[in-house]
Amino acid sequence: MPERREARVPVVSCVVLGLVLLCAVAGPWFAPHEASEIALAESMTPPFWRSGGSLDYPLGTDMLGRDILSRIIAGARVSVTVAVYAIALSGGIGAALGISAGYFGGIVDAVISRLIDIQMSIPAIPLAMLFAAVLPPGEGMVITIIVLTYWTWYARIVRGEVLSLRERDFITVAKVAGVSSPMILIRHLTPNVLNSLLVLATLQFGSVIVFEAGLSFLGLGIQPPQVSWGGMLADGRNFIEVAWWLITMPGLAIMASCLASNLLGDWLRDTFDPKRRIT
Amino acid sequence: MRAYLIRRLWQGAVAVLGALLIVFVAQRLAGDPVALLLPMDASEEDFAAMREALGLDRPLPVQFLVFLRDAFTGDFGESYQWQAPAMPLLLERLPATLELALAGLAFALLLAVPLGVMSAVYRGRWVDRLAKVLALMGQAMPGFWVGLLLILFLAVRLQWLPAFGRDGPLHLVLPAVALGWYPVAAMTRTLRSSMLDILDSDYIRTGRVMGLPERTVIWRYALRNAAVPLATMIGVYFANMLGGAFVIEVVFAWPGVGRAVVDAVFARDFPVVQAGVVLSAVIFVVVNLLVDLSYGFIDPRIRHA
Repeated sequence: MPERREARVPVVSCVVLGLVLLCAVAGPWFAPHEASEIALAESMTPPFWRSGGSLDYPLGTDMLGRDILSRIIAGARVSVTVAVYAIALSGGIGAALGISAGYFGGIVDAVISRLIDIQMSIPAIPLAMLFAAVLPPGEGMVITIIVLTYWTWYARIVRGEVLSLRERDFITVAKVAGVSSPMILIRHLTPNVLNSLLVLATLQFGSVIVFEAGLSFLGLGIQPPQVSWGGMLADGRNFIEVAWWLITMPGLAIMASCLASNLLGDWLRDTFDPKRRIT
Repeated sequence: MRAYLIRRLWQGAVAVLGALLIVFVAQRLAGDPVALLLPMDASEEDFAAMREALGLDRPLPVQFLVFLRDAFTGDFGESYQWQAPAMPLLLERLPATLELALAGLAFALLLAVPLGVMSAVYRGRWVDRLAKVLALMGQAMPGFWVGLLLILFLAVRLQWLPAFGRDGPLHLVLPAVALGWYPVAAMTRTLRSSMLDILDSDYIRTGRVMGLPERTVIWRYALRNAAVPLATMIGVYFANMLGGAFVIEVVFAWPGVGRAVVDAVFARDFPVVQAGVVLSAVIFVVVNLLVDLSYGFIDPRIRHA
């Protein structure tokens, strides 16, 4: 079977993700307008390349005359904040449970595995509805829902890896040498699953952005006046017949970030695991 | 087989029970239902009486058992909005959601099967690249945004297809495409890689040596075996589509379960939300169980294992 060429570093993905992160961190410094600045006289300005558009509002304005580009930049901040917290928490919790289940086995494994089964047998979106009905809306709620949905990703994969690592000689040697369990978990097992965690986290970034956008689109996630890409799409939906840019631009932002993180994640996975390179 | 069946049934039961427990806990987190039911100026005695009437003064485990008993009879209480039992309200809308999910699945397969087969047969050629690009796009474009774009181009601009509501087969097209969009990527990739394996196998070579037409070899003999991994995915995707339909139904004003539940979340209509979550968990578990049991039919080799 002919082998594929060594995959190149996905430069474009890195640039896109870098741009998204830059907007999140320093957006207010270079955004052309205030995200919530209302200019009714300028409302529904089309993007600059269309007649009636101007470079003051490169991607056009919405029904209140707010600058779409500035709002997309502001939305990046919310998306990235949610993604970073959600990934750190679900990754941390999932990895901790996965390592424990794989290493200790027995009753610990049984309980954690059952929890994973239960979690995975409830479709994510209805479950999100349940928590959206209970928790006060906002960033905290979105993060909670994402963590509750995604911890199984990490737990399952890490558990599987630890199960096979556990049988390896270096762990046996550590045990024979009298290294304590917590020490084995932290010093010997965790570093060996870090690669997988990094791949999962990268892939989850895109997934979280889409998930958050979906919740916010439904009106159950990020609440105005905070700007979110999903919320922008929900606003734009009412004007779909007159202003196409309201629903295309934020969607492109979602797509670009998600695509970039998926490509980068795939590349990382192939790089860490050469076996997968042959497809 | 029998032992396997029992184990799978048991797992399914545990999962549904877990879902019920989560729903019950969430309900307790939601705050005091009595405060919602009674007028603002109700006295302390009214509260106590109401609590007793609802069984809220009993210990939590007992309350959970009562909740379970009611749940098994499909009783999740009355919808606050509609003043009618919550579960029947949703079951009434279930056919619309199933119709949408089936149509979405049909669209996904219609696109994924030819693409998967062709990209394996013409590996590295333009079909394969096209499939790859589609797969990447499919995963990066959220279904609800695809839905909005479809409305923009096909309903508003070209006016080819209706965008909202459920009124005949034409109304089904856009929501089905938006819903079926996402799994196309994974289905194509799965079919492609199993096709590649199969095309390398001895029996395919034998078929070719015997002079069978390439078309017959690929579509009749190779696809049949290559489709097994795909078939096992279908159940999972179908079940996920029922969840995904929640968002798509809102985009297209589709009168299904999902839209009713989303409305209920806004109205804090808790019985309907609970019923919706339990309903989707039950469907999810049942569909997956059916898929597991059907392996034997799809692939007789598994029957003996």
